[in-house]
Amino acid sequence: MIPGTTAQRLSLSTPASDLAVRAVLARIRRWLHARALTDEDRGTVELVLAEALNNIVEHAYPADTPGEIRLDLALDLTRLVCVLSDHGTALPGLRAPDGILPAHDVARDALPEGGFGWFLIRDLADRVDYRRAAGWNHLSVEFRRAPL
Amino acid sequence: MNLHATHHPDLTIITVAEARIDAAAAIRFKDAMRAATATGAGPVVLDLGNVTFVDSSGLGAIVAAMKQMGGDRRLDLACLTPDVAKVFRLTRMDTVFTIHDDLRMLNTRATG
Repeated sequence: MIPGTTAQRLSLSTPASDLAVRAVLARIRRWLHARALTDEDRGTVELVLAEALNNIVEHAYPADTPGEIRLDLALDLTRLVCVLSDHGTALPGLRAPDGILPAHDVARDALPEGGFGWFLIRDLADRVDYRRAAGWNHLSVEFRRAPL
Repeated sequence: MNLHATHHPDLTIITVAEARIDAAAAIRFKDAMRAATATGAGPVVLDLGNVTFVDSSGLGAIVAAMKQMGGDRRLDLACLTPDVAKVFRLTRMDTVFTIHDDLRMLNTRATG
């Protein structure tokens, strides 16, 4: 077998809470660091996963009964694919939002305090796929790695 | 949220003593900023030199911290680390805030 043709995998399960998200991101950061992703790539992945996980924590489950989030990461020489799964509420319209950047050239009192999440996911990930199956949401975000 | 305020004659520098302003910290950050800016009317510089990660919740909290200062009272940012600078750049919030590379010029002006 040619080295590098087999993806390295990391599978995690976490409660859907803000603090649990922090811990999961730290774990993923260490995993990516040990696999020699650049600082910039690690930062990009952490931000996109943070936004996707925060969305699940805030919108998929009721605040008083946080459910489970599963993460499956697969890394090979060309790309990193992260699948986030939850069994909470489906995304509106059964599709991942477009992620429009909120207007910033507005009066100070009207400046946006949110609505950046999907914009950042769409802007930074190379591919985003969503599907709903058997009561689970599966969001796949893919990052291409710079050619070696 | 640990914030350290340093009062200079012409401005207040508020240093964030934690590494993350994220969804878990956003509300505490906004409340701590309200307390730290409750007195005084001069410009405030938020020193983010210790902060390595800001997500969209943290970004929203920084915007909210400026808005809750009221009127035209100024909130500038300083010492952004690379991942934090990227969030401000991508969301164009770098056009909303004045961002200083370091604090030296500010200190010189404040104390000189």
